[in-house]
Amino acid sequence: MKRFALAGNPNCGKTTLFNGLTGSTAHVGNWPGVTVDKKTGTYKKCPEPVEIVDLPGIYSLSPYTPEEVIARNYILDEKPDCIINIVDATNLERNLYLTTQIMEIDVPVVIALNMMDAVEKMGNKIDEKTLEERLGIPVIKISALKETGLKELMERAYQASLTPRKGKTVLESTPLSHLIGDVKIALKGQDVDNPLFHAIKLVENDSIETEMHKDTLPMISEFKETFEDDVFGDDFEALVADARYKYISKNFAPVLSKKQPKFSMTKSDKIDRVLTHKIWGIPIFLAILFLVFHLTFSEDLLYLGAAGVFDKETVAYTMDTNTLVKEADLVEGEHYFDEDGNEVEAVFYNGDFVELAPVPFAYDKAGNKIEAFFDKDGNELTVLTDDKGELLDLYSADGVKYTAFYNADGYKVDLVLNDDGEFEDVEFVSEIDAFLSEISVHTFFGYEESVYSPGVILFNALDTLTGLLSACMSEAMADAPAWASGLVVDGILGGLFSVLSFLPQILLLFLFFSLLEDSGYMARVAFILDRMFRRFGLSGRAFMPMIMGFGCSIPAMTNTRTLADKKERTATVRVIPFFSCSAKLPILTAIAGAIVTKFGVGNADLITYAMYLLGIAVAIASVLIMRSTTMKGEVPPFIMELPAYHIPQFKALMIHLYDKAKHFIKKAFTIILASTIVIWFISHFSWNWGYLEDAEMESSILAGIGGLLQPLFTPLGFGSQLKGFGWVFVVAAITGLIAKENVIATFGTLAACITAGFEANEALGGVDSVVQMIAATGITIPALIAFIAFNMTTIPCFAAVATAKAELGDKKTFRWTLLFWVATSYIVACMIYLIGSWWWTSFIFAALIACAVTMIVLHNKGAKFRFKKVS
Amino acid sequence: MEKTLDSFEIGDVGTVKRVFAEGQIKRRLFDMGITPGAEVMMRKRAPLGDPIELTVRGYELTLRKTEAACVMMEVAK
Repeated sequence: MKRFALAGNPNCGKTTLFNGLTGSTAHVGNWPGVTVDKKTGTYKKCPEPVEIVDLPGIYSLSPYTPEEVIARNYILDEKPDCIINIVDATNLERNLYLTTQIMEIDVPVVIALNMMDAVEKMGNKIDEKTLEERLGIPVIKISALKETGLKELMERAYQASLTPRKGKTVLESTPLSHLIGDVKIALKGQDVDNPLFHAIKLVENDSIETEMHKDTLPMISEFKETFEDDVFGDDFEALVADARYKYISKNFAPVLSKKQPKFSMTKSDKIDRVLTHKIWGIPIFLAILFLVFHLTFSEDLLYLGAAGVFDKETVAYTMDTNTLVKEADLVEGEHYFDEDGNEVEAVFYNGDFVELAPVPFAYDKAGNKIEAFFDKDGNELTVLTDDKGELLDLYSADGVKYTAFYNADGYKVDLVLNDDGEFEDVEFVSEIDAFLSEISVHTFFGYEESVYSPGVILFNALDTLTGLLSACMSEAMADAPAWASGLVVDGILGGLFSVLSFLPQILLLFLFFSLLEDSGYMARVAFILDRMFRRFGLSGRAFMPMIMGFGCSIPAMTNTRTLADKKERTATVRVIPFFSCSAKLPILTAIAGAIVTKFGVGNADLITYAMYLLGIAVAIASVLIMRSTTMKGEVPPFIMELPAYHIPQFKALMIHLYDKAKHFIKKAFTIILASTIVIWFISHFSWNWGYLEDAEMESSILAGIGGLLQPLFTPLGFGSQLKGFGWVFVVAAITGLIAKENVIATFGTLAACITAGFEANEALGGVDSVVQMIAATGITIPALIAFIAFNMTTIPCFAAVATAKAELGDKKTFRWTLLFWVATSYIVACMIYLIGSWWWTSFIFAALIACAVTMIVLHNKGAKFRFKKVS
Repeated sequence: MEKTLDSFEIGDVGTVKRVFAEGQIKRRLFDMGITPGAEVMMRKRAPLGDPIELTVRGYELTLRKTEAACVMMEVAK
């Protein structure tokens, strides 16, 4: 099998071409540095199958950035059969700079001239025949996006791969050629592969090469002494780079005939006038970020509900005279008719009118409302039970015996009686019926007061579906032993569904970020924010992996390879988990939702937004501390391309989403499923392996483990002070180490158990399960916020930890990183709980922080501030 | 007239004369096309005043003022 490598500048369409050739689902993005790992796929339309390797995007083969080293080592060591050098035709000069370096290697090369359609659209022309002649390399016009020219490209590449090629350099006609020639001959004498490439790199004083060929150095400096240049002196790196660009502008200016003047306004420039505007740039960025979160999480789209768009007057009529009653005149507990003529009761809360709730009635099979029950003899009954509490035989006024009862919608129901045996309510016989009757247009699109955001609508749709499946399963297993149906419905389905139901919102958030990334806006964000980042000792480039962290920490950590500076990378990897990833989202939404539902305080998306900001603040503080203590170093350079804006490609977006969904579902069905089952087992079995009913959870293994660790979390608000059920929060935080989705999944499983008797068999949504937790434990708002903060900043999921380990390289740094995560989360959560509960503790923290800062500053200033011994 | 790239005003056009940087920064500037003879136009400043955006060799490049200070320019009239 042949092996072809794709090499080219970042953002030149390389990954799009890779997808076009291999039909694979590699990650594509309009973002310099998205591909940091090499990816492989197979192209099948050549005489023999060809393995295509997608190398990281690079501007040069210099030794400074890890991606450049990866690409360079791959080409030199793995010796592909052919290199397909993708050249962005809209940016010919800079793209050919890399070409001039690649062609120096002894490997067949073909040039794929991409984005020719864009060039032609601007009315410009590129003469690819001249290009081909001058470079001595086949040049093929392609459009990676429209997948045109790919077949010809591969045919030419295959042809080229059949004959070996010797490296050629554009430096031949420069004064450097003698020097290079001498070094090349010397290297050839040593039997070095690719002598031309190595010779030029040695002349450039490339650090990798000088390490490799130490013995030739004295000879080279001797050669160099005879060389003189009036502009650069002995700066050979500058000489070589300059010579390459000179060659390109001299030879290829005629190749490109441009209509526009040199510095004309492009479409991108016009967009940038607004998006990177001096005053509006930052507000626009914040607004876009807010809009993304609002569209994903808000239950009140565009605040239409809060603005009163859907406000409706309450219509109620008195029962006796059927006259209209004003809302202010309604009496608590009184019955009225609503506008449809149904009997309703006025419900109040704390003296304020809340709603008109329907009054429950049972119906007979024919759909007639049963106003009263009678015995066989026609006597009206109020107490419907006999002495033993058994339900009596009930008859209608006409003496017909009831065999079954129905509700207004015709679903079969049982009567619910109060302790005195009087009729109180009706209850569904079948859980499926109960579920179906609840579903209405409001379930999906919002109640009268507001309209949901697309994210919430999708969430509700999936939640309804999974809820229905749970109800069906619970019905089907009605006759099975308690432990079996408990395992399936609560343990497996309950846990799994509460995780899966967040998939739509995660995907939507991911879609928005992909849109921003693919359009080229993210690079502008780095441009806007670099000034701020530099203050913290990072470059604007560090922003890219960080913002990716909002999607998932794993690709974000991998992306830190675009940062050249080791210390900057370590600091960035450490704070990436603080940029709350999509898996942590369920924790945020569920707890924020529960705070609003249970305590009636705040606004769910404001709390969510604030928690995201908290994560960012913690990240900033941590970076500041690290960069002024353990990770000191120069601020790395920020010299970066701003890619032209373009409309994101539908296909690439779908590939993004498909990848994300696949990854998430896979995770849900493997790690998360396994851990939910384990948790269900250890929460339903005691230490002596006896099965426990839901209500007996306190004696389970899990409760034991949680109880042991509980005191550790007392300063964080979810430890010993919660007494009985406090271990639940500890256990949830522990299961979060496996995958963050588990935190709420654990709540789902445990809430279904703890609240046994009420809704034990119902698959609880995230918000509901947290509401149940609050009711069971009496946890306070500051403690809940501290719990979110703890989970957001502590050790991320196992997969991310493994990635961090790989990216950080050495074990020592990795161990300190783990400790850093534990310490940060503990301190942050502790601060939130203490200050939230007792405001005056903020003074203590302020004093401690001031001390720490002073100590760091003093330490950095060195010995002169040290106290002198008093003699 | 000669001046460093960081002192360029928006809309100024010039030619690179020399690059004074060292090591990684120098190499990166060269790789991105800031070599003697390259024509550069100052496009804009970021909202916080730094970094700056240039047009060079037909594309948009952003770099910080500290890095731009290493580039000596011949201002075109």
